[in-house]
Amino acid sequence: MIRDITLGQYYASDSLIHRLDPRVKIIATLLFIIELFIVDNFIGFAICAAVLAIVIAVSKVPLSFIMRGLKPVLFILFFTFALNIFMVKGEVLWSWKFLHITREGIQIAVFMAIRLVLLIIGSSMLTLATKPLSLTDGIERLLSPLAKFKFPSHEIAMMMTIALRFIPTLLEETDKIMKAQQARGADFESGGLLKRAKALIPVLVPLFVSAFRIAQDLAMAMEARCYRGGENRTRMHEMKLRKRDFIAFILMAAFLAIIIIEARMF
Amino acid sequence: MSIKVTKLNHIYDKGMPTEQAALTDVSFEINDGELVGIIGHTGSGKSTLLQHLNGLLKATSGSIEVGGVEITRPGVSMVEIRKRVGLVFQYPEYQLFEVNVAKDVAYGPRNLGLSEEEIDQRVREAIALVGLDYETVKDRSPFELSGGQKRAVAIAGVIAMRPEVLILDEPTAGLDPKAHKDILNMITEVHRRTGNIIILVSHNMGDIAEIADKVIVIDSGKVVTVGSPLEVFSQGELLKSVGLDLPPITEFCNALGIKDTVLDMEDAVGKIVDLIKE
Ligand SMILES: Nc1ncnc2c1ncn2[C@@H]1O[C@H](COP(=O)(O)OP(=O)(O)O)[C@@H](O)[C@H]1O
Ligand SMILES: [Mg+2]
Repeated sequence: MIRDITLGQYYASDSLIHRLDPRVKIIATLLFIIELFIVDNFIGFAICAAVLAIVIAVSKVPLSFIMRGLKPVLFILFFTFALNIFMVKGEVLWSWKFLHITREGIQIAVFMAIRLVLLIIGSSMLTLATKPLSLTDGIERLLSPLAKFKFPSHEIAMMMTIALRFIPTLLEETDKIMKAQQARGADFESGGLLKRAKALIPVLVPLFVSAFRIAQDLAMAMEARCYRGGENRTRMHEMKLRKRDFIAFILMAAFLAIIIIEARMF
Repeated sequence: MSIKVTKLNHIYDKGMPTEQAALTDVSFEINDGELVGIIGHTGSGKSTLLQHLNGLLKATSGSIEVGGVEITRPGVSMVEIRKRVGLVFQYPEYQLFEVNVAKDVAYGPRNLGLSEEEIDQRVREAIALVGLDYETVKDRSPFELSGGQKRAVAIAGVIAMRPEVLILDEPTAGLDPKAHKDILNMITEVHRRTGNIIILVSHNMGDIAEIADKVIVIDSGKVVTVGSPLEVFSQGELLKSVGLDLPPITEFCNALGIKDTVLDMEDAVGKIVDLIKE
């Protein structure tokens, strides 16, 4: 079902991870992604996985919920795995006609798959444990030094806030429209590619109309409340780094150091 | 054609932290030709129930029999069920997509694989049945019609499939009084002409009291009571306890101290005249 997509979803809980400052979590996620690309052996990946496991355990987000988010990207995962395993040149272990599997190919394919899985889970932890609004607030604050160079950090953050806010709404809308057309005999499951693409027109047209209607209503409501962009805007919740945020920074630095040393050693 | 729902259960997001029981042991029967009103508070499970009746949602457990066919059994053709049971969703005007009204109404019949002549004939008939003039609306974009007209076109899109059971989810929600009246008249007209089962969800107790043969009251996914409008609306306390009201006319007569449950204007006038004579 279309509602099963958890990528970018928020999981409400009151864990320590949830309470961390969003800026800390954004930086931690970026660092984690960089670390995944520094790592090039199994011990390194094991350390990354262990750290991620601890974060998940502390965050109290159920594993089943996270795994559900992996389903839609399974295809990409298999695709890159297959591509790597057959395309990399090296010591040939097995071959059939034009297909060759090499020792290097297997290693790179397995590493890439592990990397992708950790990457997806790691970055979905950010959105699972951070309210969309504080996430975009955090991004805005992190980008705000760039405002001096006329970089529209507030506008970008506002666009992201709105986009995140309306993902569930549009998913719900899509679900509703699909059901309504199914009730009129629409068939989305059978037929060739062209037939299936054509079957989507009765869903896409109303969806676009709805999206424009929602956008118009929202613009009107913002206008009515005198929205004028980021200038002179004050916030209800001022972001402030607390003791736990500093502790998180120290742990992140230690983790980074371990990863760099480990990569050098092996 | 009759409908029999037995011990129907539905749980959304089963096994997820957001798991929620939307229907619990729902059982009722609908006889041939009945116009049935379903009432219940927002979130009580009405829309969930309706979507089971034409196979859009799968029951967690329980069975549904439509015209002798158990549609909850695996392997039953969904296309066949949707041909028999037409469902008009809430705010159906949001499903319009074609370049003109005639084509939009023809979408359902075309999906049934009918011949062009048959489709054309059904489209004309359905558009006339919902109170629009075929010649004036057929080439217009559905997006430039008024709210009430859009709704009528969307309903015509389902009627054109000639379902044996017509289900409407809050068909009058958000309409002005005139469009409201038009849609309601259209429903009674379709019922009179076809003699088929019609199931109607509404928050307007006056409408339900006026046109329904049978009323099903739902609260938190459970059937609270089933009966004729007279039987149901004489249980004012029960309805209040599940967040529903009595029809205004019934309320008014109660306030005047009339003991009987009054459902329509004529009856009310008679009772009030009696009251004054006393
Ligand atoms: N697609 C869905 N996924 C999860 N929960 C849902 C979904 N649709 C409805 N619900 C929940 O099921 C309950 C019944 O909803 P619904 O059948 O729409 O009620 P009604 O039509 O009477 O207002 C509500 O609590 C609602 O939040
Ligand atoms: Mg509803």
